Amino acid sequence: MADTKTGIGASVRRKEDDRFIQGRGRYTDDITFQHQTHAYFLRSPHAHAEIKKIDISKAAKLAGVVAIYTGDDVAKDKVGNLICGWTINFRDGRPMRHGPHPILAQGKVRYVGDAVAVIIAENINDAKRAAAAIKVDYKILPHVVDTAKAIKSGVTIHDVAPDNHVFDWALGNEPETNEAIKNAHHITKMEIINNRLAPNAMEVRCANAQYDAASDHFTVYANSQNPHVLRLVISAFHGITSENKIRVISPDMGGGFGSKIAIYAEEVVCTWAARKCGRPVKWTSERTEAFLTDTHGRDHVTTAELATDKNGIITGLRVKTVAAMGAYLSSFGPLIPTVLYAPLLSGQYNIPAIHMVVDGVYTNTTPTDAYRGAGRPEAAYLIERIVETAARELKIDPAEFRRRNMVKKFPHQTPVFVAYDNGDYEASLDKALEMHDYKGFAARKAASAKNGKLRGVGFSAYIEACGLAPSNIVGQLGSAVAFYESAEVRVNPVGTVEVMTGSHSHGQGHETAFAQVVSDRLGVDINNVSIIHGDTDKVQFGMGTYGSRSAAVGITAIVKAMDKIEAKGKRIAAALMEASVNDVEFKGGEFTVKGTDKKKGWVEISLAAYIPHKINTAEIEPGWKESAFFDPTNFVFPAGVHICEVEVDSETGHTDIVAYTAVDDFGTIINPMIVEGQVHGGVAQGIGQALTEGVVYDDASGQLLTGSFMDYQMPRARDLPLIANFKLGFTHTMALCNPLGLKGCGEAGAIAATPAVINAITNAIGVRDLNMPATPLTVWTAMQSMKIAAE
Amino acid sequence: MENFNYHRPATVLAAAAMLKKAKDGKYMSGGHTLLPTMKQGLAAPTDIIDLTAIKNFGGIKVSKSMVSIKAGTTHQEVAMSKDIKKAIPALAEMAGKIGGVHVRHKGTIGGSIANNDPAADYPSACLGLGATIETNKRKIEADKFFTGMFETALKNGEIITAVHFPIPKKSAHQKFPNPASRYALTGVFLSQDAKGKVRVGVTGAAASAFRATDIETALAKDFSAKSASSVKITAKGLMSDMHATAAYRAHLIGVLAGRAVTAAK
Repeated sequence: MADTKTGIGASVRRKEDDRFIQGRGRYTDDITFQHQTHAYFLRSPHAHAEIKKIDISKAAKLAGVVAIYTGDDVAKDKVGNLICGWTINFRDGRPMRHGPHPILAQGKVRYVGDAVAVIIAENINDAKRAAAAIKVDYKILPHVVDTAKAIKSGVTIHDVAPDNHVFDWALGNEPETNEAIKNAHHITKMEIINNRLAPNAMEVRCANAQYDAASDHFTVYANSQNPHVLRLVISAFHGITSENKIRVISPDMGGGFGSKIAIYAEEVVCTWAARKCGRPVKWTSERTEAFLTDTHGRDHVTTAELATDKNGIITGLRVKTVAAMGAYLSSFGPLIPTVLYAPLLSGQYNIPAIHMVVDGVYTNTTPTDAYRGAGRPEAAYLIERIVETAARELKIDPAEFRRRNMVKKFPHQTPVFVAYDNGDYEASLDKALEMHDYKGFAARKAASAKNGKLRGVGFSAYIEACGLAPSNIVGQLGSAVAFYESAEVRVNPVGTVEVMTGSHSHGQGHETAFAQVVSDRLGVDINNVSIIHGDTDKVQFGMGTYGSRSAAVGITAIVKAMDKIEAKGKRIAAALMEASVNDVEFKGGEFTVKGTDKKKGWVEISLAAYIPHKINTAEIEPGWKESAFFDPTNFVFPAGVHICEVEVDSETGHTDIVAYTAVDDFGTIINPMIVEGQVHGGVAQGIGQALTEGVVYDDASGQLLTGSFMDYQMPRARDLPLIANFKLGFTHTMALCNPLGLKGCGEAGAIAATPAVINAITNAIGVRDLNMPATPLTVWTAMQSMKIAAE
Repeated sequence: MENFNYHRPATVLAAAAMLKKAKDGKYMSGGHTLLPTMKQGLAAPTDIIDLTAIKNFGGIKVSKSMVSIKAGTTHQEVAMSKDIKKAIPALAEMAGKIGGVHVRHKGTIGGSIANNDPAADYPSACLGLGATIETNKRKIEADKFFTGMFETALKNGEIITAVHFPIPKKSAHQKFPNPASRYALTGVFLSQDAKGKVRVGVTGAAASAFRATDIETALAKDFSAKSASSVKITAKGLMSDMHATAAYRAHLIGVLAGRAVTAAK
């Protein structure tokens, strides 16, 4: 029988946490091969420079050095460049300007941290000592790190893009939008900067590659969110060997947040070097190296105009964004500020006319790519900041203004490509207002004022699109890959179940949540279900985990495979019970024959599948193993309403989040405890962006100023609301493009929280515009300029 | 990190002799600044002379008028000392706000003062309480000790052995932490003695800790929060970085001094 304590909807304690909290997790850096060597990357200290000469002669002679390779060796061996898997061409048809990205710099370095040489040594200290002995003759070139200035800077980072313009891209109905702005009763215009972030997974990036000459075969451990894609790219694009000769394993991982999607130079270098130097090569990033080289997120400069009519109804939205790609195009860099951004600009609102243009630009900075939310936080921040500001300017309560404009009929076709399948946005709003005691805000504000504190409240009615999605559509939008997922379900002779999934768990709890779905459906004890992932030798193919797609796409593939498992089980049961297969029913692990008391248990069927003495094996193949690929027909659209309440210290500008309410519609929830954890973590990251985090480059030198936790502040427990004032609620409308109605919850918090926090602070201190992160300095400066303006 | 010779001398005399002998020796008394610097390759001493094994190098003695803390005393020991909590509660509170719990169990008062990080907490307490720093050679007034960024009056090889804090009538410590590092973005240590003399030590705001004499003068006349915060502090000479402008730091000095007056006990 399906166990209500372990099935869908039960807060099952995470199976994987036993090993994690006891320090028994097995991470990439824990893997050591025999004859292991260690790699260290010599990196560019300059933002932009020509490499005139690299002299390794002294370094190569130092103790412990096994090999030193530079861009010249890469070129000689014809190792392919790093790829960009998404092409965004110019509106006028010119191709995307894709500058080459060799795995070790050739001729030029383009950002501080660009890999110049790899030193392979017996230990990391020997490697570092040798790196210090390498002489690189640089000719320093002018640089640009400021996104807004990139195109007119006069700096050329890639010859293919003399003005650093990578692409321009547009979406929406331009004439209607211009008309709406022209005829508006009121226009709210804002300049909005979405600050650059460093993802900072707790586990840094790591790769360890071994080449076995006897079998001409590579084993590559790498903490990748998509190990199959890594294998594909190493073989098909870098040309190191063919796909069947590489096994990629991504074992336990301490977080990814998008920063482990991209295919990076280091893992390719380790693989190539392992065969070249004849020994296994391991590289483990250091934290400062992570700040320099893990893909960054966000970094938009936007101008937006929102048009409203005299009844406070939104009539149009015009958006112009400049998005930094960094010094090179990362694996999915161009996707983020285009396809994952613009289609969400309608928010939860019925906006008849939207038009947006985005310019992708090169700057002498770390490449940007997906970071928790990837494009959708930028969209939600923009729409929720401008909607809140418009409501204030129109003197309409921000909750009421949102309600007035919310989409109320589904399906809803937006003017920006996507169609929302299902939702009930007002239900989330009502629930959030009540849970938060919005009515009591005025009294709380007055009480804060007595203590010299400025209290403010801010809303965020976000929507996101998850479960990257229909392969035929993403193909039309420029993707080089497709976004289905694969699954294989194996039932063993004694009825235990192994599920191979192409999704990858790097902290999300798949071993538990996926097992719940399987246990629920097949009636097998959850402890007899194993979820296997992250090994290309075990799982045939997979697109990996990002974009909150593991439930909506990954689990659905498992469901599709279980459909086939059930169908075969019925055939076996019919044969054993001498009934017609059409009369066999399956529920809670039991096969019964309609209208009779005949039944067969799960284990009887699994045994019969492998010891088919009573089955005609000409009609029914022995064994019980099925696989499926699932390619959804649409995105899924989680949505919700978050309310943030802050107190600002009027003397220092310090902000305390005193209350936070999140009401989310994730469709069907498999494990409420895990989902709550995802919301807590996501909101913490959103608060991080709003209050504390920001990558800063020095304009004059191009150096990264936030290269450690001494200068880059991750959110701490003290920056978050007390758990008693951090309320979570859920509403439920089903996603219509997968059978379980799953939507996805991994990114929602990070998408929703950021505008809610800034809306609350601007409400508290009475300013209209405020840049993130809203550090005490930023908030104090804003209050000062208001004072000066008032005087 | 480069290899180095590690020494654990048992006496101050032996420590000084070891430093003299070393090619490029460094004293270590906790190591929470030195070790990270070495890990980053910014320092590569040939010899580390760890002072924490010196006999009787740590310890707290409180008399009627003085709190004496030996150089090897950890921040945690100061924070937890019942005697200090009674004599100068603000000093114990301040020690309890240094770094994290791991740092407080390793870091020492002598190490902190000798290092004179511009954002360290102890220098402001030394100035704010008018401490005397005792070394293996002499006694130095706090006002003459902190000479510049990471610079002190210590001569090469000189070892701090104790710090003596006169017990004031009341005192308070206010710290506005750097959001990222949690060092003092600006910190104020204020005291008032029995004769009404006020001392205000400021850290985190300039290259080295200093006394806010204008606030001291104002508070000597009128010991009130308003009196402290209404003094106009000049931003000239204060540090400016991505976390705080000089103007913001100047503003914080007044705000924190005012809050210190209210909190003083």
